[in-house]
Amino acid sequence: MTVLASPQSTTAPTKQALNVTFAGLGRSFGAASDRRTVLRDINFEVHAGEVLAILGPSGCGKSTLLRAAAGLDSLNAGSVLIDGTEVHGIDERCAVAFQEPRLLPWHTLQANVAIGLPKASSASVGKAKVAELLQLVELASFAKHRPREVSGGMAQRASLARALARNPGVLLLDEPFGALDALTRIKMQDLLLDIHRAQPTTVLLVTHDVDEALQLADRIIVLGTDGNLPGATITEVLTVPGDRPRDRNAADLGRMRSSLLASLGVTGH
Amino acid sequence: MTHIGNPYVTGNSVTGVSQTSLEASGSTVATADATQPPPERGGPAHGWSQTGPLRRGWVRLLLGLILPGLIITVWQLNSVTGLFSAVQVPPPAAVLNAAVELIQRGELWTHIGISTQRVLLGFTFGAALGLAIGSLVGLSRIADALLAPTIGALRAVPSLAWVPLLILWMKIGEDSKITLILIGAFFPVFTTVYLALRHVDRNLVEAGRAFGLKGFKLLTTVQLPAVIPSVFSGLRLGLAQAWLFLVAAELIASSLGLGYLLSDSQNNGRVDRIFLAIILLAIIGKTTDALLGIAEKWAVRRWA
Repeated sequence: MTVLASPQSTTAPTKQALNVTFAGLGRSFGAASDRRTVLRDINFEVHAGEVLAILGPSGCGKSTLLRAAAGLDSLNAGSVLIDGTEVHGIDERCAVAFQEPRLLPWHTLQANVAIGLPKASSASVGKAKVAELLQLVELASFAKHRPREVSGGMAQRASLARALARNPGVLLLDEPFGALDALTRIKMQDLLLDIHRAQPTTVLLVTHDVDEALQLADRIIVLGTDGNLPGATITEVLTVPGDRPRDRNAADLGRMRSSLLASLGVTGH
Repeated sequence: MTHIGNPYVTGNSVTGVSQTSLEASGSTVATADATQPPPERGGPAHGWSQTGPLRRGWVRLLLGLILPGLIITVWQLNSVTGLFSAVQVPPPAAVLNAAVELIQRGELWTHIGISTQRVLLGFTFGAALGLAIGSLVGLSRIADALLAPTIGALRAVPSLAWVPLLILWMKIGEDSKITLILIGAFFPVFTTVYLALRHVDRNLVEAGRAFGLKGFKLLTTVQLPAVIPSVFSGLRLGLAQAWLFLVAAELIASSLGLGYLLSDSQNNGRVDRIFLAIILLAIIGKTTDALLGIAEKWAVRRWA
């Protein structure tokens, strides 16, 4: 699979944002007898500073791909390169936000966000950074609250702030808004765009929501099975036209939505 | 151990199955309903109503005192009716007199003091060891494979079986008694810490790892705080065991302590003192447990 087009986004890559390369990546699970290939032959270059959405049907290995970039998972084949160097184990240059907030329930939101700070950061700088991030995700007045004292959407914002605290070159989002209600999800998507404008980093967003991908991404890759080989690989690469925020009812997005849904196996919409 | 993996607390699925294996098995990932408002903080894990008079501390205290009151009444009635002879069941006043007599001779506080000291020392060492070895075996697969079978076998040895060896090795003195109590306190703490650590929410641990925490830092930041509520139930079990083993130690070989008071009174036929010793063990044991219970409540509020 070759890289088809460069992003049309106006966000210029900053010195922070890093490019990500998947080189011949493959992953299978299980012992030799009942080995199950999940991903195979993933070759792709994510440009520094772009928002890339990873779409695919449930269970196709979207999260596995993301976890490979985070260094949370070991690979059977190929490698992930960030800024040209290979990922070995947990990578300092990445930060992850999971589908669930995964905040430590015994800490305040503030302390949870502070866990994301890079190791080297000094106490005073860290404190200022945490305060700034809580401001960014509109949680400043809830800094001293515990995760269970706030709503699911607020906890997810705190989780996003924790990821941003790492000052990541690559932000990995694993269906971060999947468990939220429709209204909260739209607000969170707008927030993500704001954050991306303020801190233009490379974003890899795993989602099963076609509209979310069309709203947020510069490019979309679709994972799926191709031919008779086991395991999913990249079956489509799309460049989403238009600057963000995009009109949710634009005609070209509508056509793209239909074609994406069709490639995910949903027809007639 | 209902505190662990509470989906409202952490917003995680309680399955404990990592995202990878779910995706790999092709099943849909059960999403914890993160939008649902969480329950009130500090809400009880049991299904009891949170309202009503039973919530008040003094009401509960009064209700708890009803049964002891009844027992003393029946006990007193017995001495009037003479159903059991005074040799079998001395009247409450006789037990009180025995206490006063022992206090006047200056012996009672010594017995209580030395017994409490033994329990506290043995419990402290046993609990610390249980916490350390429980953490090690609970977190390290190698340590688990190496140590768990042996520790399980040692746990199966009845407490009294250790006594001859301990006396042989350490003679009859404080060391052998405290060691026996240490053994008693160790196992409940070890077992709860070990089991709880194996069931710490894998999603939380993975999140910790994703943000660069590992080894001892991961243990103190994520794993230990997550198991603190269970650690406290282990500590309370360990303390109860410590009192159990204290009496075993003192019954067999000692010249001081509540267990000695029991066996000495048995030899002298002082049934009143036997009653006194038993009542004191009940009161002191309950008091130390209640103190630990207060600490537990605080810890659960702080960490759960």
